[in-house]
Amino acid sequence: MSAAATPGAGSAAESYAASRTGSTAGSNSDLTRTSAADLAALLTAGEVSSVEVTRAHLDRIAAVDGDVHAFLHINAAAIDTAAQVDADRAAGVALPALAGVPIAIKDVLCTLDMPSTSGSKILEGWIPPYDATVVARLRAARMVPLGKTNMDEFAMGSSTEHSAYGPTKNPWDLTRIPGGSGGGSAAAVAAFEAPVALGSDTGGSIRQPAAVTGSVGVKPTYGGVSRYGAIALASSLDQVGPVSRSVLDAALVHDVIGGHDPRDATSIPDAWPSMAAAARAGQSGDALKGVRVGVVKQLEGEGFQAGVKSVYHETLELMAAAGAEIVEVSAPHFEYAVAAYYLILPAEASSNLAKFDSVRFGLRTEVPGGTVEDVMGATREAGFGPEVKRRIILGTYALSAGYYDAYYGSAQKVRTLIQRDFAACFEQADILVSPSAPTTAFKFGEKLADPLAMYLNDVTTIPANLAGVPGMGLPMGLAPEDGLPVGLQLMAPAREDARLYTAGAAIEQLLEAKWGGPLWAKAPELRTR
Amino acid sequence: MSEITPEAVARLASLARIALTEAEIEQLTGELSAIVDSVAKVQEVATPEVPATSHPIPLAGGLRADEPGVTLPTEQALAGAPDHDGSRFRVTAILGEEQ
Repeated sequence: MSAAATPGAGSAAESYAASRTGSTAGSNSDLTRTSAADLAALLTAGEVSSVEVTRAHLDRIAAVDGDVHAFLHINAAAIDTAAQVDADRAAGVALPALAGVPIAIKDVLCTLDMPSTSGSKILEGWIPPYDATVVARLRAARMVPLGKTNMDEFAMGSSTEHSAYGPTKNPWDLTRIPGGSGGGSAAAVAAFEAPVALGSDTGGSIRQPAAVTGSVGVKPTYGGVSRYGAIALASSLDQVGPVSRSVLDAALVHDVIGGHDPRDATSIPDAWPSMAAAARAGQSGDALKGVRVGVVKQLEGEGFQAGVKSVYHETLELMAAAGAEIVEVSAPHFEYAVAAYYLILPAEASSNLAKFDSVRFGLRTEVPGGTVEDVMGATREAGFGPEVKRRIILGTYALSAGYYDAYYGSAQKVRTLIQRDFAACFEQADILVSPSAPTTAFKFGEKLADPLAMYLNDVTTIPANLAGVPGMGLPMGLAPEDGLPVGLQLMAPAREDARLYTAGAAIEQLLEAKWGGPLWAKAPELRTR
Repeated sequence: MSEITPEAVARLASLARIALTEAEIEQLTGELSAIVDSVAKVQEVATPEVPATSHPIPLAGGLRADEPGVTLPTEQALAGAPDHDGSRFRVTAILGEEQ
């Protein structure tokens, strides 16, 4: 992809770079490769300041984001926010665990002080009048927002090629997609531009980007994290969750953003255990002993890349050697999941996106002499990209009189069947596993002309969204044929997110012992400038 | 094959208030037919005795206490609007000449 083909590529980073003199880009690489957990410890011990940590990440962004294009907007107040944390720490104010740790935020989340476009031209430059609850919680935890990350328009896509602001590149290979929709958050973390990030996952938009960038990403139980202020794609499927380079870091962020929110009617009112404690329990050594790991028969085989399958089976053997009991489970209706999803999602999206009507926010395309209806039609024609139009039209079709029962109604029944499959599998297993995605990162343009091929990339991740169960993606190796990251997906019953963190941390520890360090240490160096 | 015609796509686009171009209608007609044929697979297993699920995690109640609180000030609510008069959103004429 040439710079000319990606309008806006790198503009956020370049404007930041231009605003700084005597940039120290390239130094402080140790801080940008430090986990959020370790940064928190260094900050608490006073060995490093939040300003230093934040500046190291901003410098890294300035150095590499012209190529990666993970960010749409850089927070101009980041250093001031960090300085305030440092001042409070110096004054002896009691601070939350992650105070002073930077974080990147997917552009689907509303932020009072930064544009929130959801990757769409129809919201270009729009600054929301309120913070998403998860953003408010990051601020209350005194974390430092670095900026907003790129995404497929309104989270519709698996590659960021549908962003109105040009695609994000995969840090492992700049000619390949970083996954989507949350390719910006995953690439930011994988390129050491942020230690942690927030994403949103409607059909895999956290887990699939994590898989193809060698990162960790979690879709919590539906209702476990507030959706208030997350620009809605499909309300019965959307969940906000953490993106990171380690399972513990994801857990720490999950603990900050999770829990009941009265502003979200679908938010679960129960108390939740500490995900960080669950992850630390997984690091203790024998956490996999006796755990029944269900290998979902339907989530491998045809359509799965050979290297994905080989890395997957090596990982299963490693888990078995650590005492896990590997059982094959069958979910016969998972093969209908993609079809059900591409009816339910467009139906809900066509309704949710009706609010972009040129009246209250965003773009308005004037039509001389036209009615408000003409203006709405022209605005939505000019403001929405091809994939968004495709899904709105598909959703309108699925919901129209005469077709509703045959399509949307049938899809909702499949949802019941998938929930029953999960219930049956969880009778036999404590956690379920599969590859996070059927292939490693594909090349730009490879699936762009064929929407159905793009949709099939979500085959592994969609069932968890339809059933509301939590899912985690973590790196499990590099495919032998292309040297690109492969992700392992773990799924647990609804409300059992902690189980994922314990198992995930245990598996991560086994894999890192095998590799002699984290997978991200094998990532190629990016050009810095 | 599903019978999606350019006229049907134009009708859907008008319902969805998107002023698609002729070229877009033509392209979407083909794409939509292929997608609908693929997703129609759900009908194979959606038998009458299977109940529909609209929501993944059933929650009882869900009403919060009705307490006065701080709401969005008008100025802030209007801040992102394409056009306003200081207290209200300003829109193009809603009624055509014939009304």
